[in-house]
Amino acid sequence: MTDTVTTEAADKAPPQTPKQRSAARIADAAGGKLRWLVLKIVLLAIVDAIAVYAVFVLLAHGEWLVLSLVAAVTILVNWIYFSRKAIPAKYLTPGIILLVVFQIFTLSYTAYIGFTNYGTGHNGTKDQAISSLMSSSLVRVEDSPTYDVTVVERFNELGLLVTDPTDGDVSLGTNTQPLEPVDIASDGTVDGWTSLSFADVLQRSDEVEALAVPYSDDPNDGAIRTQDGQKGYLYVSTLDYDPVADTMTDTTTGTVYTDTGSGAFTSETGEQLLPGWQVFVGFDNFVRAVTDASIRGPLLAVTAWTFVFAIVSVASTFFLGLLLALVFQNKRMRFKNGYRSMLILPYAFPAFLSALIWAGMMNKSFGFINQVLLGGAEIPWLTDPWLAKISILIVNLWLGFPYMFLVCMGALQGIPEEVNEAGVMDGANPWQIFRRIKLPLLLVTVSPLLIASFAFNFNNFNLIYMLTGGGPRFTDVSIPVGQTDILISMVYKVAFTGQNRDYGLAAAFSILIFIVVAVISIISFRKTKALEELN
Amino acid sequence: MKVNKKSWLAIGGIAVASIILAGCSSSNASDDSSKDDAATTLTVWVDTERVDAMKGAVEAYEDKTGVTVKLVGKDNGKIKDDFIQQVPTGKGPDVVMGAHDWLGELSTNGVVAPIELGDSADDYLPVALQASTYEGTTYMLPYAVENIAILRNADLIPEAATSFDDMIAKGKAAGLETPFVVEQGVEGNPYHLYPFQTAFGAPVFGTDAEGNYDPTDLQIGNEGGFQFATWLGAQGAAGNFNTDITGDIAKTKFTTGEAAFWLTGPWNVSAATDAGINVAIDAVPSPTGEVASPFAGVKGFFVSSESKNKVAANDFLVNYIGTEDVQLDLFKAGNVLPALKVAADTAASDPIIAGFQKVGADAVPMPAIPAMGAVWQYWGIAEAAIINGEDPTATWQKLTDDVSAAITK
Repeated sequence: MTDTVTTEAADKAPPQTPKQRSAARIADAAGGKLRWLVLKIVLLAIVDAIAVYAVFVLLAHGEWLVLSLVAAVTILVNWIYFSRKAIPAKYLTPGIILLVVFQIFTLSYTAYIGFTNYGTGHNGTKDQAISSLMSSSLVRVEDSPTYDVTVVERFNELGLLVTDPTDGDVSLGTNTQPLEPVDIASDGTVDGWTSLSFADVLQRSDEVEALAVPYSDDPNDGAIRTQDGQKGYLYVSTLDYDPVADTMTDTTTGTVYTDTGSGAFTSETGEQLLPGWQVFVGFDNFVRAVTDASIRGPLLAVTAWTFVFAIVSVASTFFLGLLLALVFQNKRMRFKNGYRSMLILPYAFPAFLSALIWAGMMNKSFGFINQVLLGGAEIPWLTDPWLAKISILIVNLWLGFPYMFLVCMGALQGIPEEVNEAGVMDGANPWQIFRRIKLPLLLVTVSPLLIASFAFNFNNFNLIYMLTGGGPRFTDVSIPVGQTDILISMVYKVAFTGQNRDYGLAAAFSILIFIVVAVISIISFRKTKALEELN
Repeated sequence: MKVNKKSWLAIGGIAVASIILAGCSSSNASDDSSKDDAATTLTVWVDTERVDAMKGAVEAYEDKTGVTVKLVGKDNGKIKDDFIQQVPTGKGPDVVMGAHDWLGELSTNGVVAPIELGDSADDYLPVALQASTYEGTTYMLPYAVENIAILRNADLIPEAATSFDDMIAKGKAAGLETPFVVEQGVEGNPYHLYPFQTAFGAPVFGTDAEGNYDPTDLQIGNEGGFQFATWLGAQGAAGNFNTDITGDIAKTKFTTGEAAFWLTGPWNVSAATDAGINVAIDAVPSPTGEVASPFAGVKGFFVSSESKNKVAANDFLVNYIGTEDVQLDLFKAGNVLPALKVAADTAASDPIIAGFQKVGADAVPMPAIPAMGAVWQYWGIAEAAIINGEDPTATWQKLTDDVSAAITK
């Protein structure tokens, strides 16, 4: 280690050159902080050990990209913490690594998906699509028997030994050699060929899968294939792939499907063969997100409700939380801690669970609220367009106020008592003290949290999905979007309805929503800078 | 060098990051099955609740063939999407357990390989075989068939109802306010209402000569469909259907004896028997006199199109899971009728299973074609609206228009 070498050097000679002087300085520092140095080395050693383990695992799987990333990051981290120069980097590195892993990577990956046609029918690569199309195009020849087959080998080439169940004739063929009758020796083998055991067949699974022995010289007669290495069936293919022209031909109708760049083989009439594959589609998804006729209708109403929901949720939870925090500041109140813990309970339950329980309580005919509290009233809490919106706001208020209560309680304690006294001396009444002094001081601390809360509620999918599922539905639009759907739940419905997954469109929508939330947050943060002047 | 508290924390941060990276890579390791050259390993994704049942069955297969079968328990709700996403990356399993109505999606995404049942095809219940086939190709090895039927509280009503009206009358005569319950919800539940709809002669899609559903032949809006809508509206007004009755509420009503008839599936039988109800299984009482056919859901196994061990996977499914013993093992775990005929007959020694089997003889497979997704979107909402008093004819017409527009889109 360089440290020990320089330490010895410093002991031998009096400090003269700049290099020696700096070495001496390190020696002093190390002498006093030796324990810290040891701790640092131990921690870095742990990091390195884990990284080395990760490198070996990745090496075994041939994940070269991840491997080089892990190696580069580890080397960089070691350099930063052993170097004497990179002081700012020592503080920033861990945060940056976490930022890249959890934020930037996710965001860029979402953006990448947004530019592809990834979704149902465009799930994998072109090669996978071709092999899948070919295997599902195989049709068993009608009334053909089940052949007993044995996988045999000669000079590393696989063949099938086929017994015809109708006449007991035995024939042999390979991928290139059509079936020809052969003579069987008394021990059941054919001269020059060795039979593979079941374990050998499993080992060469890929080759056996690719084995298609032509039934005769005429390719239209089909080929014998085996799926389990024991039984063979005669198949003809209804699709023919031409690798040179890159076209698929339907052998029954003669239709030619070509790769038009849309991510699937397409016929001249526009008919597509699915599965297709993933391709880049440029800004198509973003254009669709704002122009698709089925989305355009409810988009305005949903956007408006999203803003109302997010803003009212933040405001209502904040003011209720603040009110309770102020009440609990009163020193004369008894059992304060007991009340406080009870008030925090809604925050302690999982929001998923709470939303489901509320949905049950608000059931029109059987819910607790109508049946017990209101004595059998039939109020459509979740099924009337307006009441459903109000119900959502009430439930979100219940879910959200404890957080604001906690935050405000902490922030209020941070406001010095002298401010209050000074206000009283100047003759301000309690409302004026609160409105003119406490609230502005409070907002300095909590406004970043309010912005975060807005961003959270803007995308509060869980609550909407669990409580109303977006319902009641709009009756005049043709997508299953409802009165209480917010943007993110509408995206979910548009992109993932029924059996169709449209990840590309969903990603494009997410990026658009991200931009909206980011712009609002930036503007709000700018505004709150003015508040900070107060301090 | 100075090492203060902050940089100490910082190093801790890096340690966490590295552990996460290492964690990601080691989870890859557990999914990969093909690198071990010594023996063939089949990775099978199984619904978490069936892992134990599969374990015993798998051991026997391992002993017989030397193939190692690795069972991975997966949450039933995520298994399909995970499979579709992971197969193209090469990290997916060799075999996955699933339901037949996934078939359209799996096949459109090219993630499943065809399975050749060969001569054993005739050994399966016809509805199971039909459900395992998509566009003429078999992709699934079926192991269980489930359908809904009427659970009757035999202590309250000793005899089966002969028709829908008879059922309500019998219940009322026994002094019950809500004689019949069926799971609905705000957005309706067309799966549970389908038997009544078929009784009016309005299936969702017509079928071609081979029994495959034809997405271009939408039957939901035929004359019978409108008759059904009118009937549904009348029954909704009479209180026999109620969109406020969720699955849980229906269960409570039946298990407490407030309702004597419950239209539900085998998955709810144990809840009723555990509550001490003397349960009898009846056919769905028809409102018209025609047979009321419920949907059949068929469970089975698929082979991944990217599996490197297709031979072993096919051998495992066709020659092993498709045997009576294994089908019975799986039956014991889920109490759902086996798909193999001989196993089904053995299982039917239990009167409850026999009841479901008898009703299932009239069942039709739930369509797996992607067009069905468009139907589900609008179907339940329309039915819920009709139950709640909307004009049946206009609502049903809108349903038909919306569905055909969505299919042709």
